[in-house]
Amino acid sequence: MASEAELKALMAASLDGDAASYRTLLDRLSRRLRAYYKGKLARIGRSATEAEDLVQEVLLAVHLKRHTYDTRELFTPWVHTIARYKLIDYLRRTRSAASVPIDEGAEIMAQDDNADAESSHDVRKLLERLPEKMRCAIERVKLEGRSVAEAAVLCGISESGVKINIHRGLQSLAAFIAQVDQK
Amino acid sequence: MKTDDLVVMLSTNVEPIRHGRVGRTISIAVVVGAVIALAIMLVGLGVRADVTTSRAALFLSLKLAFAFAVVGVALRYLIMLARPGSESGISPLAVAVPFAAIALLGLLSLADAPSGHWNRMVVGGEWLECLLSIPIIAIVPFAVTIFAVRRAAPTNLVRAGAFAGLVAGGVSAMAYAFHCTDDSLPFVAVWYGGTIVLCTLAGASLGPRLLRW
Repeated sequence: MASEAELKALMAASLDGDAASYRTLLDRLSRRLRAYYKGKLARIGRSATEAEDLVQEVLLAVHLKRHTYDTRELFTPWVHTIARYKLIDYLRRTRSAASVPIDEGAEIMAQDDNADAESSHDVRKLLERLPEKMRCAIERVKLEGRSVAEAAVLCGISESGVKINIHRGLQSLAAFIAQVDQK
Repeated sequence: MKTDDLVVMLSTNVEPIRHGRVGRTISIAVVVGAVIALAIMLVGLGVRADVTTSRAALFLSLKLAFAFAVVGVALRYLIMLARPGSESGISPLAVAVPFAAIALLGLLSLADAPSGHWNRMVVGGEWLECLLSIPIIAIVPFAVTIFAVRRAAPTNLVRAGAFAGLVAGGVSAMAYAFHCTDDSLPFVAVWYGGTIVLCTLAGASLGPRLLRW
């Protein structure tokens, strides 16, 4: 069971660009988020697929908003506040009358669920809906693991353009995932 | 899609990131908003003609002190609201202090004056101009502030919107003070205080729509 100190250290290393730490962090977070959302959604009769959608939405949110984490503060409340915000947003979006029980920050740390379910969307298909430059930048760098410099040549844009297109593309992906849930 | 695939994708070639800069970004946005508000005041209204007299300078400083106090406290709280799970150690009620102070000064000044002057002291000569100018000048600072807050991660959208409105109202009052010739404390308390509260309410109602992410 990962502790606040451990997650916080992983997050600090991730912000410095340590990919291995970041992968470990996101993996641990996804287990905790899965347990958290399954518990919350089961209580109001929602499926595990919906919980998995939310897990993925929050992982994207954590990624896109990671600059708002201040390493002088605790990490768990930061993640928990995002997880709770996304749950309320999701329930509002999917027009649920159910209320979200007020919960404690410790709850997200309390469980671990490794049973990886499929979410309802396919990121590869969503990627096809992105503008060419965004899709190219994400595929080269985030899926094929090429460097930003290589991607710049392959996509025909500058290196900073690659970075911007990755960020905007991931933002669009998060928006697409939210739209999929609405249907 | 498997969540593991997403984790792999997000953590592939992860860039180092400059973090903990939310406060700086929002503060810069507010300063930019203030510069724009001052420019709008200069072009649209102009600085009061008697600004060099000591009485005008005294009241201008009083109005500016009030506006700066509002912006200072509200900005600090807004920055906290823009970061998930952050604690600032100050109460949102702290923003009421500048309003309470100016209301108290206004009441003392009324108590000190004959009742025949009260109407004139509260309503002033340009109450309508003040009522319209502060919210209108606040629009651009509000937009710039909202833009900066959107780049962060507010999770209480009504409150974040309200504090963005409060900051913008305070910034706008600061700019309008250079033009305003109504020099009475009750006037500042009612019309400056009132219009800043209006901006706050407008911000609260727009927050959920403008700040959602």
